Amino acid sequence: MTTLEAIFGERIGSALRGPAGKIAQINRKYAKPTIRLSQGAKLALLFLELYLFFLVILLAYKFYTVVSGGA
Amino acid sequence: MDLLSKFYFNYRKFIKTLQIYLLLAGPGLIVMIADNDAGGITTYAATGAKFGYSLIWFLVLLGPVAYFVQEMTVRLGAVTKHGHAEAIFSGFGPFWGWFSLLDLTIVNWLTIVTEFIGMTAAMSIFGIPPAVTVVIVILVMFGIVLSGRYWTWEKITMAFCLVNLIYIPAAVLVHPSISDVLRTGLIPTFPGGLHSDLFFFMMANIGTTIAPWMIFFQQSAVVDKNMKEKDIPWGKFDTVVGALFTIIVAVFVIIVTGTLLYGMDIESAAQAIHVIMGTHQYVGTLVAIGLFDAGFLGAICIALTSSWAFGEVFGWAHSLNYKVKEAFWFYVFFFAGLVTAGGVVLIPGAPLVLITLFVQVVAVTLLPAALVFLIILLNNEDIMGKYKNTLFDNIANISIVVCIIVLSSLYGISTLFPNLFG
Repeated sequence: MTTLEAIFGERIGSALRGPAGKIAQINRKYAKPTIRLSQGAKLALLFLELYLFFLVILLAYKFYTVVSGGA
Repeated sequence: MDLLSKFYFNYRKFIKTLQIYLLLAGPGLIVMIADNDAGGITTYAATGAKFGYSLIWFLVLLGPVAYFVQEMTVRLGAVTKHGHAEAIFSGFGPFWGWFSLLDLTIVNWLTIVTEFIGMTAAMSIFGIPPAVTVVIVILVMFGIVLSGRYWTWEKITMAFCLVNLIYIPAAVLVHPSISDVLRTGLIPTFPGGLHSDLFFFMMANIGTTIAPWMIFFQQSAVVDKNMKEKDIPWGKFDTVVGALFTIIVAVFVIIVTGTLLYGMDIESAAQAIHVIMGTHQYVGTLVAIGLFDAGFLGAICIALTSSWAFGEVFGWAHSLNYKVKEAFWFYVFFFAGLVTAGGVVLIPGAPLVLITLFVQVVAVTLLPAALVFLIILLNNEDIMGKYKNTLFDNIANISIVVCIIVLSSLYGISTLFPNLFG
């Protein structure tokens, strides 16, 4: 039994022990997308990436104006 | 005699159909009515106070919009037997999967905070301290999900949905002019022209009609209810009924504030209630009960959405049909979301206004992604088979999704930069 399991009990201890391992396992499980994307779908995903990039820039700018005491 | 037997036959047929519907009703009805959460009621109340009945027609139009989006989740859930979070991971890989899951968790948690703000404000009208409201609400919500049966949770929640109709008697009590409501409300007009204020309110109403959590919630609920492909028509019907209810409630909230508070700038439903209580105590009481119920429904559904999503991805047991021992992390996640969100409301000086505004902005980062994934998945023949989108579905859904993305983005940006659009 590991220290975490000794402190928190078997169920919580084992869950705390391996979150990174669990995330890696999820990444491996879903590494290969199961659907074949059409050209339209690929274009939509590209649009999404650009859209999110634009939003991140906007949020960063807002953060900067708030921190620097602007609008 | 022949006429009588025909009547009896039709009566029996109706009762049987109603029984089947009541058995299969749930996800569509709940998601649509819970969509009228504390934030939604605030938006409708402010819209009514600002523009009177003039935007009722616009809300009526939003009913079909909500239906077309949510109907897709019924088909996807019933066919794939997976929730939306898992479907995104599986279909688009870890990058989009983690983005959606983490964004959903953040926006859901922030939204639950706003539900608690609404509930505590509503109960404070009756002299109940916020701490008492938060503790009792969390205990009741946990009690409901602890039943260990999806069916029990669903039917109790549907009873809370009925309370949402309290705005109908409230509207009757304010004696609105029916002819004014019909004439001003149902003929499409833009009061004062298409100015930035009106545009902001229209975007806010769209933002409150379609929220990211609704997509994840209904798909997961369809899976948890174990709906099959043959149940899809009933799931769609349930969603139609839900959309009808949600619009009815929204319209009656507007009638109440449009009659009593016309011309006022209302910033929160609680503020509206305080003003109404000054002149119409019974109406104020009904509106306060309605606001509490809206926050309650929103919080319980949204907290469940996050638990379902994490359970699907992390492989935990994630069904309301499990006992706590069997789905430990599912219930811990549910409970933790509620306790932390409720706790924030009780922190003196917590930036609650900032949180309320931030919800809109974060939601805008997730909604377009969730909608685009939905359309792509619904068009995949390997996944959907004969239930994939038809040409009509695609024309309707893609038009709606493009409009929602543009308008909700403008709304989010105008929340970030209030002076941008004049």
